[in-house]
Order: sequence, then C-alpha cells, then structure tokens
Amino acid sequence: MRNITKKFGEKVVANKNVNLDVKYGEILALLGENGSGKTTLMNMLSGIYHPDEGEIFVNGEHATINSPNDAFGYKIGMIHQHFKLVDIFTAAENIVLGINDGEKYDIKDAAAKVSVISEKYGFDIKPAKKIYNMSVSEKQTVEIIKVLYRGADILILDEPTAVLTPQETEKLFAVLRRMRDDGKSVIIITHKLNEVLEVSDRVAILRKGEHIATVNTSDATEASLTEMMVGKKVTLNIDRSEPVNVTPRLVVRNISETNQDGVRILKDVSFTANAGEILGIAGIAGSGQRELLESIAGLGRLNSGEIIYHRPKKDLPVSFFHKTYAQVVRMAKEGKFHYEDGTPVNFDGMSRVRIRKLVNDGKILFNEDEIMNLRDHTPLEIRELGVRLSFVPEDRLGMGLVGSMDLTDNMMLRSYRHGKWVFVDRDNPKQLAEKIVSDLDVVTPGVGTPVRRLSGGNVQKVLVGREISAAPKVLMAAYPVRGLDINSSYTIYNLLNRQKEIGTAVIFVGEDLDVLLGLCDRIMVISSGEITGIVDARTATKEEIGLMMTGRKRVVENEQTTE
Amino acid sequence: MSKQPNNSTAREREPLVVLSKRDTVPLGRAILVRAAAIAIAVIICGLLTLLVTKNNPVKVFAAFFYGTFGTSQLAWVTIHNVALLLCVSLAVTPAFRMRFWNIGAEGQALAGCFTCAALMFYLGGKIPDALLVPVLVISSIAAGAVWGLIPAVFKAVWNTNETLFTLMMNYIAIQMVEFFLKVADKSGSNTVGPDLLSHGWFPELFGNKYLLNIIIVFVLTALIYVYLYYTKHGYEISVVGESENTARYIGINVKNVIIRTMILSGAICGLCGLLLVAGSSHSIDSNLVKGRGFTAIMVSWISKFNPIIMVPVSLLIVFLERGAGQVTVSFGLNSSFSEILTGIILFFIIGCEFFLNYRLRFRSREGKKEGK
Repeated sequence: MRNITKKFGEKVVANKNVNLDVKYGEILALLGENGSGKTTLMNMLSGIYHPDEGEIFVNGEHATINSPNDAFGYKIGMIHQHFKLVDIFTAAENIVLGINDGEKYDIKDAAAKVSVISEKYGFDIKPAKKIYNMSVSEKQTVEIIKVLYRGADILILDEPTAVLTPQETEKLFAVLRRMRDDGKSVIIITHKLNEVLEVSDRVAILRKGEHIATVNTSDATEASLTEMMVGKKVTLNIDRSEPVNVTPRLVVRNISETNQDGVRILKDVSFTANAGEILGIAGIAGSGQRELLESIAGLGRLNSGEIIYHRPKKDLPVSFFHKTYAQVVRMAKEGKFHYEDGTPVNFDGMSRVRIRKLVNDGKILFNEDEIMNLRDHTPLEIRELGVRLSFVPEDRLGMGLVGSMDLTDNMMLRSYRHGKWVFVDRDNPKQLAEKIVSDLDVVTPGVGTPVRRLSGGNVQKVLVGREISAAPKVLMAAYPVRGLDINSSYTIYNLLNRQKEIGTAVIFVGEDLDVLLGLCDRIMVISSGEITGIVDARTATKEEIGLMMTGRKRVVENEQTTE
Repeated sequence: MSKQPNNSTAREREPLVVLSKRDTVPLGRAILVRAAAIAIAVIICGLLTLLVTKNNPVKVFAAFFYGTFGTSQLAWVTIHNVALLLCVSLAVTPAFRMRFWNIGAEGQALAGCFTCAALMFYLGGKIPDALLVPVLVISSIAAGAVWGLIPAVFKAVWNTNETLFTLMMNYIAIQMVEFFLKVADKSGSNTVGPDLLSHGWFPELFGNKYLLNIIIVFVLTALIYVYLYYTKHGYEISVVGESENTARYIGINVKNVIIRTMILSGAICGLCGLLLVAGSSHSIDSNLVKGRGFTAIMVSWISKFNPIIMVPVSLLIVFLERGAGQVTVSFGLNSSFSEILTGIILFFIIGCEFFLNYRLRFRSREGKKEGK
C-alpha cells in the first residue's frame, strides 16, 4: 500500500492541517463547498502551489513538489477546470507538448501511443483532430490523455462534470472506473453529492480548509455527507409554489445574433417569459445563454428579431410622467383608456385644463398593457422607457458590481442618476445597502467595505439584493448560485421564488439540472444558440434535458404564443 | 514505478521568499511606516554625503530647507511651483482614474502655452487688455482640451493605444512652440520674452505676481476633489476605470465618458499653460512646462489619484527639486549628486508602499542547507 500523506497549516484560509491519503486502485472524491480549499489542496499536490507547512509522501517517500514537472516526476497529473490547450494544434500535438524526454519528436509515434491509451481506457478521440473543432467533453478527454501519456498514476480531476451533460458525465465515470481497475488512483474534486455517491470508493470531506473526515462511500448517504460538508443539518427543499396569474411579460421572437468573428451565437430564438413563473434555461456552458440575457438587457447587437415587453398597464392610471399631453389625447381618441367605472374615455369638447386635471387625479385608466419592443435600445433607454428589468449577470465582479467599490457605491450603480443636479446621492444607496445587509444576512464589516473583500456568497447577495430592490417585473439571473455554499444557494433560490410569487417574470440560467428541475416551472433548453425545446419542469427528466442540451432531441413547443 | 527525480538539489529547492497580499493596514501604522521610510532615506543620504563629499550632512539638509523656504521670495517661488505641479497632476488624475493613461500632459500644457503666447503676440496692443485676458483664458483652455480630445476620440472610436498617442502629441506641441519661436523672434533666440509678449498679463494681487496663480490652483484642487468624489461624472469615471463591462451594464456611454474626461484633462493642462505664460513667466520656450507633465504622473500615482493628498506630495517633490538645486549651488557640487539624494528619498517613499501592500515571509531553512 502506497500512501500520500500531506500535512500543512497555512495561516490564511486555504488549508489547515489536512491529512489525506490516497490508495492506488481507488476513486477518492474530495468533497467540500466552494471555498473549502479542495482545489488549493490539489494544486499543492500537482505543483502549482507550495505548502507552507507539512509534507507530502509518495509511495512512502518524502516528496518536494515545486512545479507541475516535479509532480509528473512523481506520476501525479492534474486536469484543471479550465483547460490548458492550444486551440490550433491537434489533439496529439497538445498531448506531447512540453514533454522533454530526450527522444526525437515524432508525432506519428505519439499518435500511435495516444491510440493505445485511448483503446485501453475506452476514450473516443481522433488524435489528428484540431482542438478548436472539439466539444468541451472532447477537450477534457485530451486533457486526461495528456496526463496519462506522461505516465501519471495519480490523476486529479477538478470539477470535471461541471461542463458536461448527464450523458457525457456517465461516459467519463465509466472511464474513471476503468482507470481505477487498472490500478491508478483517481481523485475527483466536486461538490455534487449524487456524483460522489455514484462514482467514488471513498470520500474525503473538507470544510473551511480543514479535513473533516474520510468515509467509505458505501457507508455514506446524501444527508450525512451534507451534514459533514456544511457542519450542521440542512434541509434541501425548494418550495415550489403553483404559478398564479400567469400572463406573458416578455416575448422574444426570432432573435439572432452574430459575434465579431461572424459566428452565429443565437439562432432564431423565440420564447415567452411569463409573469409569476420561473423560466429555467438549461444548456452546456457557452451555448449562448449569456448572449441571450445580455441582448434582452440591451447589451447585445441583434441581427434580427424582436424583444416584446408587456408593460403592466391594465387598470393603472395614465400619467404625464411617460406620456405627453398630445400622446394622451391621441391615445384617448384611439379608445385606449377607460374611467374607473368602466366607461370609455372621450375627451371631445373638454378643455385642456379639464383633461390635465383628470389625468393628474388618476381618473383615466389604461385598457390594456402597453406593448413595446426593446430591441436596439441601450440599457439606459430601456430603463427610461419604464421597463423594470433587473439582471444578475454571470460575471458578478466584472459586470454586476465593481469590486473595489464599497457596498454603498455599488448600490449607486443603479441609482446614481437620481441625485440632485450634478451631484450623486449617497444617502439612499447607503440605506439600501444597510437594508440588504440586514435582510439577507450579508456578512461584512460594514457598508463601507469593498465588495471584493466579501466571500462569493455575500457578493452575490449584495448583487441580487440590489437587483431585486428595484421591484423588477422581469428578473434575469445567470448562474446565480455558482460558487456559493449550500446555505447561500438556498437563500438565492428562496429570493427567486419570492419574486415569482409577487408576479415577477423570472428567468434563471442554471447549470445544475436537479436545481433547475426543482426550482423552475418551465425549462427552456438551448444548444449551440438554438432552442431545442421548452419543457414542463414538473414532468421532465434529466435524461430528456441532457439529450436536448446536445441537440439530439427536440421538443416542439405546444404552448400558444401570444400574438 | 519507482522512478524518482534524481536531481536532489531540485527536490530540496523551496521558494525562499513568499509574497502575500496584505489586508488594509491601520492608518496610524501606515503613517508610521511612511515616516520610517523617510527617516531611513534621510539617514542613508546623510551617510552618503559624509562618505562621498566629506560635507556635514546636517548642513546639506539645512541647505535643502534654505533653498526651499529660506527667504520669503524663495518660499513664494516654491509655493508657486507646487501650484503648477499640482495643476498638471489634477489634470491627469481624472483620466488616470478612468485607466486612461494620459502621458501627454506636457504637450497639452504646452499647447495652452503656445496658444496663449501666440495670441499675446498677435493681438497684444491691438485689442484692449480687458478683452485680451478673457480671450487668452478661453483659447488656452480650449487648446489644451483639443490636445486631449484628439487621442480620446481615437481611443473611443478605434481603440488606439492612448499611451503612445498622447506621448507623440507631446512632440507635436514642442515643435509647434519651436516654430512659433522662429516666427516671433527673428533674432534666433530660443525664448520669446516679456518684451514681445507685453500685453494680457494677469493682474498682481497685493503686489505678488504668484498669488493669483496659487489661488486659482488651490480652488481648482477643491473643485476637482468634489468633481471626482461627489458628482455623477466622477462616479461614472470610476466605474469606467474599474470595469467597462459594468459601465455598459448600467448604461453608461463609455465613449462619451472617455471623450468628456479627456477634454477636462486637456483643459486643465491648457489652464496650466495659461498660468505659466500669462500668469507668471510672460515668456515662452519649448521647455516651459519643465517636465511637469511627467512628474505629475508620479504625483498622481503616489497620491492614489486623490487631489487632496496631491497637495503634500507636490510639495514634497518640489521641495526635493528646489532643495537639491540649492545644495548644488551652496556646496559647489555636481548637480548629479543632489539628484542622487532626491532619487534615494523618492525610492524609499515609493518603495515603502510595496511593504504596505504585501507581506514578505522568509522560508525557514532548517536542514536544507546542503543545496547551497
């Protein structure tokens, strides 16, 4: 039995006195919430970082690992979450890249070796295929072979399933099992419990940088693992209410977008987001989800299509805030208004003063929702049109917030234009920041702390809190729980649910299909910029959605589109 | 299976120094560290003076102070120089806060000088001074603004590199001034002096020709401070500087902000040129701005783009510069020596920021000595 034992004590946060041993011929899952130090720990094993204290033993011998090359010397290889491949090279070229074994460079020989490895473990790969032609799962395969090619016996995979569909995950797990049976040790970093239970032999749990326990998977349950991960019992239920008063709020019709390289990223996308409903968007990362939300928010450049917003107006008083006197008179003539008792409005023969008074007193009501096209409007224009559209972007600190600014100034992003004259108003944003801190239990020294200093979950609470504070009619959230611990994630789910209950049209882009199925009312699946179907989240299965994510199955929408 | 790296020195090599970013340092400690840095710098300068020139270091430092504040005339010149340096620093700061690296303040100020001098030369005596002064004010500021606007438009529309662009614009401004010198003064002198630029001078307040300039700059400091920290424009500048994506996300027109801010930046440089020509020297040469456009970059950075902190920082820089000049004269030393002293002091002041931002830890080396 050959052990790796590793002890350290890093003062900051990452890892504290972690003892871990991995055996050959097993799959060890390293489980922990985001920020619990899983990746840091493994980076030290693979030579990216160096431990401050503690030692690593490989096969019972003391090892000093200062670089990935040292790590390969000990037959340790890591497959990172973000692939490190040269796009314009072939698979085989990428695999041999950087190998300095003193032998002559022979790509044919290398390709042959790659084929041998592929056959042995059941990989499906063409050595001559260029990386840029590959899917995410193929790229991952190249990364794994790259490590095996270097003779690694200890493989570390950092969140390998995050970018895969359920079917691809199955395939990966089959490969991992074959490697285990071949006597290799496989460490898989993850925070998904079902995967741990499915594939691993033992589970090591990290919490806040500390090693909590290592247990045999056969003795573990989802609940026991969660408890160890979080440190206390948590209930993992999303209360999904039945949607009420469902009316179309945002109707997207046939939008297409082409990026700067001329690649079409959105192809003829059409869907309806209803008020009082959560519409989930599922898809492999980078299938056009970001572009879709950004184009709705006014940040994209569409080639065609319409984004129709139904501004809730029915039975609301007309005001001069958004309409000029002339517009009001014209719309009255077109029969768009009624009085409180239901009789239609007719201004004929009325004086200007009288009409103004009727409007200002709120006596004139709209007959219908106002319908407007948001396409080709900037975010500012959209807001000036009175569209209450909130957007929690994927890139929190790079787009939704400014990392170096404090909470108050980040609240101001949405409201700074309301200040008097040329000056900004910091009082209201400050109050808002304080309210969000207390309502959402944001852990921060104060509202004057730069948001960059907050943990991922707290950053997200600040962002979501700000976006919800605008009382949105449409709330779009892209991966709002990415990187968040379990408790914070459920806080966010509950916030989205509450928005749905008060009649907001919520659009939720998610990556965890279990969450999408549990939280949403309908799920729209996007594959390479195309909508492959919209399904009922209460009846759909993961497998079905997985097939739609790869475009191998399509569901024709049978709901009525509002015309 | 048991193949291990055979290079034992490589195996035992561990990083010697570990760098890690610090959290905020308490204000008291930060001031203490900076004070200590200056103290160490002064001690090293003193030792160096003693060893190299055999002069009494205390006397050398006394000369520093004498050269800066020794007489009321010297003190006024010092404060005026502080004001001018501060003015250019204020000019580059809005652009820097936007992460627009305007290193063309020298040229923008010179464009202001050039316009001011040319108008004094051609319109002086032809129109009444009461009219000439406002014309000078508007034109000089506008000239600086145009000099800032050109690179901004190219940056906003075609995303050109603003650092190179603004740098090159400096040389154009210098050549324009050279050209004007040839045209205005046929004697071939490299300065056009007060005799040719005899109209449109700023009034002297209380008989002091520097006071008006100084007041203008200090009022400007307060205005820029308020502009950057308390206005919508200032807020937009910060957002664009931190993240253009965030700016787009909340609907800021990034192009407009870049252009608008560079107009402001250039305009303040133009104002500095005006103060130099019409406000104090009443003459022009191609080195009139004296590299302040570049020194200002340092002032702005050291002050972390805060206009209020720029006041003491400008004072420090001018103090070193003028003090060093006095040392050269009083002790008959080569001017390089006083520049070395200035360099040492600045090195420590800037260097201590590193220790305020990062923590160094040296690896314990127990039992690992065989490698070396």
